[in-house]
Amino acid sequence: MTPIWEVFVRAKGGLSHRHVGSVHAADAKMAVSAARDVYTRRMEGVSLWVVPSAAITASDPGEAGPLFEPAADKVYRHPTFYKVPDAVKHI
Amino acid sequence: MYTVELSKESLVDEAAGAEDALRAAFEARVAADEFIEPKDWMPEAYRKTLIRQISQHAHSEIVGMLPEGNWLTRAPSLRRKAILLAKIQDECGHGLYLYAAAETLGVSREEMTEALHAGRAKYSTIFNYPTLTWADMGAIGWLVDGAAILNQVPLQRTSYGPYARAMVRICKEESFHQRQGFESMMQLAHGTKAQRKMAQDALNRWWWPALMMFGPPDDNSPNSAQSMRWRIKRDTNDELRQKFVDVTVPQAEVLGLTIPDPDLKWNSERGSYDYGEIDWEEFYAVVRGEGPVAKDRLKARVDAWEGQAWVREAALAHAAKANMKAAA
Repeated sequence: MTPIWEVFVRAKGGLSHRHVGSVHAADAKMAVSAARDVYTRRMEGVSLWVVPSAAITASDPGEAGPLFEPAADKVYRHPTFYKVPDAVKHI
Repeated sequence: MYTVELSKESLVDEAAGAEDALRAAFEARVAADEFIEPKDWMPEAYRKTLIRQISQHAHSEIVGMLPEGNWLTRAPSLRRKAILLAKIQDECGHGLYLYAAAETLGVSREEMTEALHAGRAKYSTIFNYPTLTWADMGAIGWLVDGAAILNQVPLQRTSYGPYARAMVRICKEESFHQRQGFESMMQLAHGTKAQRKMAQDALNRWWWPALMMFGPPDDNSPNSAQSMRWRIKRDTNDELRQKFVDVTVPQAEVLGLTIPDPDLKWNSERGSYDYGEIDWEEFYAVVRGEGPVAKDRLKARVDAWEGQAWVREAALAHAAKANMKAAA
């Protein structure tokens, strides 16, 4: 069975690579070549990454609550939490 | 573990309760127009329906390359040839985006290909009609891709994330397909008498199959209600078909071509065109695989897959050897 690779494209210089989909290919070089044909036919990118899908470890959606919800009650991590008199500038 | 499959007796009741809770949470998320992602819990029927719908959509894109490939070497100019080649390449790309989306549901590319080749999976009936003249390339772009766009635009908001994202890419590219088709038809319609006749003939042959692309009438579409509730489908077959007729009739007028339907007329009360009865017997016959070129289409796919098996095998053998060398 031909392995599956996740494809990431950098749309233009200065931006990070973004996941766009996947391709099947026997090796990394062929995966880049397939990704180029499948995901960048209309100048969508200037750089490609391919990663074996099996190499990705994802967080468990069932754990999304314990993982991400604690951030919700920590508003003091945002600058807008702090009141500063109008007269104070450049802060 | 993403499905609840507990075998221990003592846990069965608890598991059933947990499944109900998961199902309720799922339904609520879908109803709130949230996206479902690959590893999220989903009912088995939702997963199965999606695998069927996405893979058949993918098969349609792949088989859809065949009728157009038929004219590639006979395109009338280099410009038309380059355009047709780009369009066919897009169809292949669309098939691959969709296969990739379906694979996130736990089905393999090989299983899907095998289902198509064994005749277990369907593809759009439209591709079982032959492309007899060059004008068919224009008519397909204009009508078939036009109908596909109406079907696909709402799917950009479908509830399954990977499917919706694939549809966003596809819709962006599909618009070029329709416009190049219309332009090609316009050139023929404004050309010589013979070209004009060819354009009208293509419209005559593709109009009714294009209307059939929206699927059976609503009162005979058993899965529609469930699929609408799950946001896998967002408009009914008849709603989309009516929309297609309403946008396409004025386009045919611009071309100066006649839609082959004597019952077609504007209904000012409804603000829509009334159109004639569709030959559903023909539709179901084509669905059953009795389309004029159904056998040729499937044979072409199977031959391509089997004839090129050695390429896939050689690539894998090469990769295995390179890995061994690297490890040594």
